[in-house]
Amino acid sequence: MQRTQRAKLERRKFFSDPLMVGVILILVIFLMLFILYPLAMLMTDSVYAPDSYSVYQVSQSPEEIKALFADEGKDVQVLSVDRKTVLQLEDITGLTLTHEMGKTASTTYMADILKVELPGTTVAVKNDEGLLSLQSFPHIFRDYTFRRAFTNTVGLGMITGVGAMLVGLLFAYVDCYVKTRSRVMKKMFDIVSLLPVVSPPFVLSLSMILLFGKAGLVTRKLLGIYDSDVYGLSGIAIVQIMTFFPVCYLMLKGLLKNIDPSMEEASRDMGASRWKVFTTVTLPLMLPGLGNAFLVTFIESVADFANPMLIGGSYDTLATTIYLRITGGSYDTQGAAAMAIVLLSMTVFLFIVQKYYLESKTTATLTGKASRPRMPITERSVTLPLTTLCALASAFVILMYVAIPFGSLFKLWGRDYSLSFKWYEQLIKADGLKAFKDSFILSFVASPITALLSMIIAYLVVKKRFFGKGFIEFVSILAMAVPGTVLGVGFIRGFANGVFRTGFLQELYGTGAILVIVFIVRSLPVGTRSGISALRQIHPSIEESAYDLGAGSGKVFTSVTLPLIKESFFSGLVTTFVRSITAISAIILLVTPRYLLITTRINEFAEKGSYGVACAYATILIAIVYSAILIMNLFIKYFGTSKQVREAQKDVQQKRREASERIENL
Amino acid sequence: MSNKKGVKLQSVSKIYEDPKTKKPFYAVKDISLDIQPGAFVTLLGPSGCGKTTTLRMIAGFESPDSGEIYLGGEAINALTPNKRDTAMVFQSYALFPHYNVFDNVAYGLKLRKMTKDEIHRKVMDILELVEMTGMESRMTNQLSGGQQQRVALARALVVEPSVLLFDEPLSNLDAKLRVTMRTEIRRIQQTLGITAVYVTHDQSEAMSLSDQIIIMYKGEIAQMGTPREIYYQPSDEFVADFIGEANFINGRIKEIKGDNCLMEIAGHTLTLPSPKKHPVGSSCRMVARPEAVLIGKEGVLPCRVTLSCFMGAYHFYHVMLEDTLIKITDYCPVNKHTFQAGDEAWLHFEDNCVHIL
Ligand SMILES: Nc1ncnc2c1ncn2[C@@H]1O[C@H](COP(=O)(O)OP(=O)(O)OP(=O)(O)O)[C@@H](O)[C@H]1O
Ligand SMILES: [Mg+2]
Repeated sequence: MQRTQRAKLERRKFFSDPLMVGVILILVIFLMLFILYPLAMLMTDSVYAPDSYSVYQVSQSPEEIKALFADEGKDVQVLSVDRKTVLQLEDITGLTLTHEMGKTASTTYMADILKVELPGTTVAVKNDEGLLSLQSFPHIFRDYTFRRAFTNTVGLGMITGVGAMLVGLLFAYVDCYVKTRSRVMKKMFDIVSLLPVVSPPFVLSLSMILLFGKAGLVTRKLLGIYDSDVYGLSGIAIVQIMTFFPVCYLMLKGLLKNIDPSMEEASRDMGASRWKVFTTVTLPLMLPGLGNAFLVTFIESVADFANPMLIGGSYDTLATTIYLRITGGSYDTQGAAAMAIVLLSMTVFLFIVQKYYLESKTTATLTGKASRPRMPITERSVTLPLTTLCALASAFVILMYVAIPFGSLFKLWGRDYSLSFKWYEQLIKADGLKAFKDSFILSFVASPITALLSMIIAYLVVKKRFFGKGFIEFVSILAMAVPGTVLGVGFIRGFANGVFRTGFLQELYGTGAILVIVFIVRSLPVGTRSGISALRQIHPSIEESAYDLGAGSGKVFTSVTLPLIKESFFSGLVTTFVRSITAISAIILLVTPRYLLITTRINEFAEKGSYGVACAYATILIAIVYSAILIMNLFIKYFGTSKQVREAQKDVQQKRREASERIENL
Repeated sequence: MSNKKGVKLQSVSKIYEDPKTKKPFYAVKDISLDIQPGAFVTLLGPSGCGKTTTLRMIAGFESPDSGEIYLGGEAINALTPNKRDTAMVFQSYALFPHYNVFDNVAYGLKLRKMTKDEIHRKVMDILELVEMTGMESRMTNQLSGGQQQRVALARALVVEPSVLLFDEPLSNLDAKLRVTMRTEIRRIQQTLGITAVYVTHDQSEAMSLSDQIIIMYKGEIAQMGTPREIYYQPSDEFVADFIGEANFINGRIKEIKGDNCLMEIAGHTLTLPSPKKHPVGSSCRMVARPEAVLIGKEGVLPCRVTLSCFMGAYHFYHVMLEDTLIKITDYCPVNKHTFQAGDEAWLHFEDNCVHIL
């Protein structure tokens, strides 16, 4: 069978639409340059050093060498590697070589080739030629700091993953199965699941310190504990569980809703107890879903930077270790790059497992809607403990959030609990307004670009056929699995000296533009996802008919597609704004003193122990984010069309069904 | 409308990949047809036979794997749908839910850079034609199915395409409205003299609307002809069976005498119109429509009644001619003898109504 004609025709049709070709080209370039390229740079950095050292053993003594080189006016540096002395020279003319030790990428790794004891003096000469070697990986795996960070990260991920999944399951189960005094409970559930969305990443860490730290309101004032230590694993785990469980709750709720109650009723009929039904019917059905929730949380936890930074104490994770390597004194680029690669491979691998294996399994086991509503459980022996647990957890979460505004209003947390605006005044004095302005403007610029880009990507992916579509979809969704810290390091490696270290686009580095680009990259996957699912709801014939009536793809997009997914576009706008203004992990590595950002300032003040100012920042930030979300909801309520569209679609389907039934009846 | 054009397909094929087995197969295989300007042509066939695919290739949504498509003599294979002078009416109407009726209809005109007044005039004219005047400002979800269909039709018509393409436009409507709407569509098409290609799997729709019917089967054209030709001279058993009810009777040709032949059926000889393809002495199969078989106390073929059932407009019989089941619809049964199951009876055929395959 011949297919060449079709391929040729499709190609001609494709190229007859320059707008689309151009947009696709721009998208591909954007994704390559700002997602793939930095990661690729990290990857090469971890295995390739642009310059290297050749190490030799010579028979002269150090003093002889120094004297010789001093005569010729050449420089000699004395390095200490692993308690051995190495002389770094410009060349080795005039010295007697006794042994060639080999090459190494940096002085950090020199110890590896100095294992053997040989007579004479060790000297190193810097070469211009690059060195390709896998040295960095065994090196970091031998590095105690890294190994501890690695086990810490995995351990934390496990605890947080399981914890968030369980709390999420509790909430979802109570929401779907248990009869509650619904109004209050419902409201509480809504609040609890919204809070983590509106809050900047480290707000919970902050209030954890305020409430349960050394000077904690609860620990010291109420319980009289003077040596409470929230820093460390338990602190981060609690904070992360509270941050991530609402996501699990929403995911699992969706699943539980889809379980057909008749399955459980059948089991009840045969005499099984509630607990038995839960363990033999509900739980097995949920298993892939629980695995999914666990993995999503695990990835989030592993990628989290802000909380371990603030409340981790000495419990370093990969993200914080990489950050410290980059910003700290020992500038081991290759090591940091290798660590980033380890972290990246971990998240990407789990993400792919989650996305392509578990997600399909989840939907496979639970297909179709429940046929009718479920009879809620009313026995007090079940409802009482479960609702109490939920209420306690919610109260705890709400308490944590309430602590922040109070933290900003109390004169001196731990000592003087009288109200004052002094922290706000201090905030304004310390360039606070500039921080708000910068954060606001940068996020404000990033939002429409991201929203538009993600809608365009969604449109292309769902409605168009072209070469490279798989690439665009994969990369823009994959960005979700890239931890912010890794992206930040990638951007440093990739752009600090221009693209491929050629100086091209070097001006970008250190500007607001690169911050905006990071915001875009960080939010693009979320927007694209929501755009894709919105577009899948729209019957292809609607766009086809516009196309058929003479509209080019640009016109179809602006006059039909975009208005139909207005809601998704707008929520992309606000989501990007919220995510950007609360972002820290990648940004903290890239921001220059020219820009003050709210989040980095909160981090600074909290590190210094100025919790009052940090709380003042956080309070205002929460207020901004919350208003943005309010505006979005208002907009969707009054201007949203999607509901109308969905109804129209349902209408058509309904009528079609009726018509075909009627035909069958005839 | 002056710009009506014919459509020509020249050995067009379309290959799809089976989503499960990944094996390629012909959704449309080597189709050639020539649609005259102003004609109303229907593509008819069972589900999955490639009707929609053919239509979508004419519209430009799919590219053929081989063959050429011509619109008014011009090869249009490489043109995208928006560059083709065709307009499609979709099964799901595909109205723009965020526009009202007026804006839906005006959509295509706005793309053609017309003045506001001109657009307004044209939209109003076409809305009058489809009898939707006064509903311009309704949103599409405030319309009934039939009204939505009218808007969809108006939206396609208003851009004055050379060819109108319909993909089962009436299948979402109830039976009564379908009859009304199909007469409407035919009326409007004839008023404007526009070329139309209409996909359906409802044969009464095809019969009543078309100048030409194209019967498709498994991606190929089984027969092409006027409704009459298709009904009375089906080219093969599939077409005969697919269109209306059909009785198949085996026979053997004894002698050909000019326009007539002597045919032996179940041991009896009768005179029928001469077959085209069969030589003397060969056996063949005949098609007789139930209403073309006459039952009475005398005739040429003896049979036994196995089912007798009064249906109002006609009396319905099953009879056995040796071991062949024959269905008979006997119209106006009032003045005729009614046979009961088990009775012996005689059959003969209406003149010129038996077709030898
Ligand atoms: N995009 C596609 N990919 C793969 N196979 C397809 C695709 N579209 C259609 N097919 C297959 O091609 C064949 C013809 O499809 P087509 O839609 O033309 O049928 P149809 O005659 O319109 O049927 P119906 O009366 O049910 O609408 C079918 O077997 C169908 O499954
Ligand atoms: Mg079809």
